[in-house]
Amino acid sequence: MTRVGWLRLGIIGGAIGLLEILCRAGAIKKVTMVPPSDMVLALGQLLAKGELLDDIGRTLSSVAIAGAIAVAGGILLGIGLHALPRFRRAVEPMLASWYAVPFFIFYPLLVGIFGLSDAPIIVVAVLFAIVAMIVNTLNGLDRVTPVLRKVARVHRLNAPDTVRRILLPAIAPHLLTGFKLATAYSFIGVIASEFILSTSGLGFAIAHAYNNFETRKMYALMLLIIVLVTAINTALFMWEQRLLRRRFNR
Amino acid sequence: MNPAIARHLDFLLVGIGLLAIWQGLFLWIGETGISSPLQTIRHLGALAERQMFWTHAWATLDAFLRSLLIAAVGGIVIGLWLGIGKVAGQVAEPILVALYSLPKVTLYPVILLIFGLGLSAKVAFGAIHGIIPVILFTMSAVRTIRPVLIKTAKVMRLSPAKTAWRVLMPAALPEIVTGLRIGFSLTLLGVLIGEMFASQAGLGFMVINAIGLNDTETMMAVTVLMIVLAGIANVLLLALDHRLHRRAG
Amino acid sequence: MSAHAALAGVSRVYPGGDGRAPLHALGPIDLALRPGEFFAVVGPSGCGKSTLLEVLAGLAPASEGTVTFEGSPVAGAVPEGVGVVFQEDASFPWANVYDNVAFGLQGSGLDRSEIDARVRSALAFMGLRDFASAYPAQLSGGMRQRVCIARTLVLKPRLILLDEPFGALDAQTRLLMGDEVLRLWRETGATVLLITHALDEAAMLADRVGVMSARPGRFIDVVETGWPRERDSRLAERPDFGALVARLWSSLRVESIKALGHT
Repeated sequence: MTRVGWLRLGIIGGAIGLLEILCRAGAIKKVTMVPPSDMVLALGQLLAKGELLDDIGRTLSSVAIAGAIAVAGGILLGIGLHALPRFRRAVEPMLASWYAVPFFIFYPLLVGIFGLSDAPIIVVAVLFAIVAMIVNTLNGLDRVTPVLRKVARVHRLNAPDTVRRILLPAIAPHLLTGFKLATAYSFIGVIASEFILSTSGLGFAIAHAYNNFETRKMYALMLLIIVLVTAINTALFMWEQRLLRRRFNR
Repeated sequence: MNPAIARHLDFLLVGIGLLAIWQGLFLWIGETGISSPLQTIRHLGALAERQMFWTHAWATLDAFLRSLLIAAVGGIVIGLWLGIGKVAGQVAEPILVALYSLPKVTLYPVILLIFGLGLSAKVAFGAIHGIIPVILFTMSAVRTIRPVLIKTAKVMRLSPAKTAWRVLMPAALPEIVTGLRIGFSLTLLGVLIGEMFASQAGLGFMVINAIGLNDTETMMAVTVLMIVLAGIANVLLLALDHRLHRRAG
Repeated sequence: MSAHAALAGVSRVYPGGDGRAPLHALGPIDLALRPGEFFAVVGPSGCGKSTLLEVLAGLAPASEGTVTFEGSPVAGAVPEGVGVVFQEDASFPWANVYDNVAFGLQGSGLDRSEIDARVRSALAFMGLRDFASAYPAQLSGGMRQRVCIARTLVLKPRLILLDEPFGALDAQTRLLMGDEVLRLWRETGATVLLITHALDEAAMLADRVGVMSARPGRFIDVVETGWPRERDSRLAERPDFGALVARLWSSLRVESIKALGHT
């Protein structure tokens, strides 16, 4: 590992150690925060008891469904918008303002439409995630060099083959950026919706623990989410690095 | 047709299309789930005549402006620092990116436990949402400043503070404005989430409260108001953003 | 002898719009490529050389006139049997050299062993045998251009169009790549059309050199070089090579000055 990597690890470790000392010494009250070591312990106990598995499964499946819809839909809409420049110009200000809209505000409305099921949560997460995918697909397509399109024509490819064999591989780094964001946003969308107004899932479990003064359980759940999200992000990051190394020889 | 007019016309058509979809949804779902565009506007007018609405609106605006101030000033200062200090920036960047993609809503209870219910928790939550993009954009902007500009500052023997204020800030301004635009949106998001969960004041609270009371009209009116205001603010910031980027070339 | 590919009265006008005037880029031009010949086109920058190639390839439509390849009209699509190598790096950064070269054969219905044999022989021909699993980013510009030539070669084109393929390379590499192209031309028996702005390159490689005028480009001179089919870059040492380049330059000089004025 590089010096910077060690330094980073040291800072994170130091921060956790400091929290541990402050909690143990009573400088941070027990009702405010439990020591990090106790969070790990509490999480282990929760997982061992297995009572959380339903909530974890529910949250992860919602994230997976929302992420899949957002990625596939985002790529298709991106390709479609790219093919219709006039329509694209008209909706582009909307895309640029998309993340200015606090999406969770739609959640109650969607509960009114779909009832209190997984569907409104998934819809909120898709709405939140899909535009990142659309924008990155468009960005990628804008940067495809014209010569690649000419190569497609010289090889006499039809439109679907041009997309599949030339355009999609050409914009793969952009798609991966979109994929990373769409995954993160699906997580945020699902967990925030569960947190605010739901009766199941990890987000709900945290809100529930908070409302019932189960501080220890609450921190264990937060730790779980942080670990899950960080693990997924790290895996995606490493995949991206590999792809970029090959493509740009660095 | 004049292309500028055509563009505005297209934009208008998209707006009309959205209203049509809204009206269509209303006809499909019915009054219990969603109110029509016309009803919503009318209800918004009725709300505006009530003192209660303005109290909540003011609560949101107050919390939002305080968070934004913290996010903007804090973000630029930290961003400049991390951008100038190479090692500090390299150490911090992946941590910041990881924090950015974390569902921060799960951390809200921690904030509540630290700050207690009320304004300061909302402000803190809004600020932690908004500050990260401002830091990241400022940092990368400073890193990509042409080295010759920094050398020029050295040749003129400017102090570090003066270099930051008179050279780095203006050179990085277009990117910083992009960061502020995104920070603006996320700060608002943070404040509203804060109000929707464990709060007794603000527009976010109004929405959640309206759901509890099955008051579809109020919920829709406030939702639409927030979207429109956020959209307008973003379009203005976007225009500024484009102008600065064009000037920078 | 009938022409392998021909342009008859072809011109190309880019339509105006948004307040811009239409641009007459090319022509009218007549050109008949003899089967198996090496024809080079030189001309001042912006004279429509590349447009000529695109029209002949079916990549761009002719505004007027007719384009034929092997007796059939070319319109709207690139005909089978035509290969194009571009000036820009057109190698696929996402695929290794082998997959780059195999691109046009994959999904063509050929069986794997046949594809493999053709790719291997094209790689060997272009001196890429040891780089089959390398990615373009690991190669120099000249090597990447070889990949693109090999990618065209595996499809066994009967007409090869080269659009300033060595324009981005340094002078020495260009001379060596010229030898490769001559070898390729001899061994495949294909008809080759080369677009270039380098007079020495055209004079060395081609059987005939067409000199184009400033925009809108037309042929102002077509010169038979009279070189033997077996030839290479050592031609440049001969005294009559210098005379040929001088003749091409005297045709081109006035046009180049005109083109300078336009831009």
